Amino acid sequence: MTTTSDAGPSSAVGTLVEPRAAGSVPSPVARGEQDLPYRVVSSEVRLRTRLADIWGSHELFVFLVRKELKVKYKSSVLGLLWSMLNPAVVLMVYYVVFKYVLKNPTPDFALYLFSGLLVWNLFSTVLPGSSSTIVANAGIVKKVAFPREILPLSQVGTGAVFLFFQSIVMALFLIGFQYAPDWAYAPVVLFALVDLLVLTSACAIFLSAVNVYYRDVEHLVAVLLQAWFWGIPVVYNFNLVYVELLKHHLHWLLGLYLVDPITPLILAFQRFFYGHVNVSNIPGYAHYQVLAGYPYHFFLEMLAAVLVASVLLLLGAMRVFSRIEGNFAEEL
Amino acid sequence: MSVAIDIQGVSKRFRLYHQKYTSLKERIVHGGHVPFEEFWALENVSAEITAGQTLGILGRNGCGKSTLLKCIAGILQPTSGQVVVRGQLAAMLELGAGFQPELSGRDNIYLNGSLLGLSTKEIDRRFDEIVAFAELEQFIDNQVKYYSSGMYVRLGFSVAVSVEPDVLLVDEVLAVGDERFQMKCMDRIQQFQRDGRTIVVVSHSPDLMRDICDNVLVMDRGKVVTIAAAGEAIRVFRERLIESGFAPEPVAPDAGAPADGDGGPVDVVAPQRRVKLLSATALYDRQEERNYIESGEPISVRVDFEVAAPVSGVQFKITLLTDREAIVFSSTSAGSVEGMPLDVGRGSATFAFDSMLLLDGRFSATIEVRDAGGVVLDILDPGCHFEVMNPGRAKGLVGLPLRVTVSPPGAADQPEAIASAR
Repeated sequence: MTTTSDAGPSSAVGTLVEPRAAGSVPSPVARGEQDLPYRVVSSEVRLRTRLADIWGSHELFVFLVRKELKVKYKSSVLGLLWSMLNPAVVLMVYYVVFKYVLKNPTPDFALYLFSGLLVWNLFSTVLPGSSSTIVANAGIVKKVAFPREILPLSQVGTGAVFLFFQSIVMALFLIGFQYAPDWAYAPVVLFALVDLLVLTSACAIFLSAVNVYYRDVEHLVAVLLQAWFWGIPVVYNFNLVYVELLKHHLHWLLGLYLVDPITPLILAFQRFFYGHVNVSNIPGYAHYQVLAGYPYHFFLEMLAAVLVASVLLLLGAMRVFSRIEGNFAEEL
Repeated sequence: MSVAIDIQGVSKRFRLYHQKYTSLKERIVHGGHVPFEEFWALENVSAEITAGQTLGILGRNGCGKSTLLKCIAGILQPTSGQVVVRGQLAAMLELGAGFQPELSGRDNIYLNGSLLGLSTKEIDRRFDEIVAFAELEQFIDNQVKYYSSGMYVRLGFSVAVSVEPDVLLVDEVLAVGDERFQMKCMDRIQQFQRDGRTIVVVSHSPDLMRDICDNVLVMDRGKVVTIAAAGEAIRVFRERLIESGFAPEPVAPDAGAPADGDGGPVDVVAPQRRVKLLSATALYDRQEERNYIESGEPISVRVDFEVAAPVSGVQFKITLLTDREAIVFSSTSAGSVEGMPLDVGRGSATFAFDSMLLLDGRFSATIEVRDAGGVVLDILDPGCHFEVMNPGRAKGLVGLPLRVTVSPPGAADQPEAIASAR
């Protein structure tokens, strides 16, 4: 990437070959000689080249994430605090509604809810944003050459920053209410985090590309996410579904439920944050189980399966992306 | 010299949808079948551009020149064929593309710079230079949305040239800012040329090409017509214009993808050559068998033409060029004989210069004839040549009438004319 000459306006006029300090770039006269890197523009792009290009633009990625954050909270007094206030308020509303209005029996419901929301918030805020990101950035997509995967990826990056801020809220919450997470599950939750980022990136890259051709995608995504939210155990207990489905011998539906790659991630987060809440000690809750009673290795296996699936999805998404990317400039 | 850009049989197909169905419903309703026409914006274009060369791509709107540039830049992928670019490349297709109005000039320099492929370190190092070149020292921390359009474009250019690429692609962006800034931009481009960088410029302006390009690639309907030295290529370009009866200097500056509504040239069809320019002759006092005139003497250029079909509103245009193809003068007959109708037959037009103010050199006159709609009917390029000899002491291109007055110290009230010279 760094073949640029540092020749200032005053130097390197004419055909003088100036000897330069070691480690410096070739002088302008040497331009076009064999040592320069070359780039091929054609309809066939190899995956490795694409990955290298994307990695080469990691600084652009950082600037784009920074831009998203700056633009989002520009001219607002609280700025980034909003990214923490928003989930805090949502949490409060859900807590009040489910605890007092709907009489949800889950103990420490706020903690339970927040564990799942951490995962879901990332996924559900990144996807709509990244679906429309290529279209929204038509100006640069049409006029500047850069690996366009950076655009959806920067949405994921922005989501990750928000996740970080929400984790701070979570940490404050844990300290304030004297909850200790189940540290034994810390590797599991980190594993789940990696899964989550890879999975979200795969979806983001795929959706951003397809949305250029079918502008419905961004609307469809918004609708699907609404429904999806109730298909994962964030508000209700996984165990509730588990027991009900088994009671009606609907094993296949349970399988389907678990195939949803988001579910294992949420279960992992809940296990970590909520695992120490000892339900059976609470009177009347002796047989009430909130969390899935899966053993440790089962979590790892599920998460490994999700990782494999996510990586495959990511490769597939990048393939789709690179195949239609060449026509972005004309379709926009 | 090695090859900096190797264009190997590049073709690009666009699909022109009669109506664009971008929603799923519309596609399903039409049975997944969207009516479209295929349009080859580029057809088997091949060219080698040697390092250090400045190549112009000339053609009218919709001829594929911007598409070719975008293929070189990697913004569009060719349908077939490939482009090999050696060295770091920067494309100036639109200045300030990707500027975020909400962010400050400073943030935008970093964002835009990294979009163009600069590393943060490089931007750090060149930051002051970028700001100084854009002349925005006072405003660099203001949000870009408060910038005037001139400031915006200046910043865009400044960031773009700071990339210092091996290969620079420029698309009609040089006509930006006020005149002074334009000259600064041209200086920077010439600096790039001296540095031995490869430059590809797209334009539909032959004059710009003449000024800065070594070679010019002329395109028409997605095909390469010729690659030749600037003067020769421009002559070919002009001839092409006549063949298709096309009015030059079109308005729309964005010769981009057909999605921009720029699908095809707006041809004005001239069925056959209605007016044909036969010959042009330079007329001057040929006493003593001179083949030159002295500066200040009268000279006329007479053009003989033949009219095949009646035309109305005919205008003749004369352009005087130096032997290095720089325009010294250009004017039309519009003022004197506007809307002149011509009947079938032969005739002649005479451009008379009472006093030829040009100094030394060999000059050529190019004659152009257009109809009322601006359609070029014929061009004689070059029409004729003439040489000027300057007996005086003045140097340069033009002998301007000059009177020098000097007031010596102590004699301020009685100015004395020292000389009246040419």
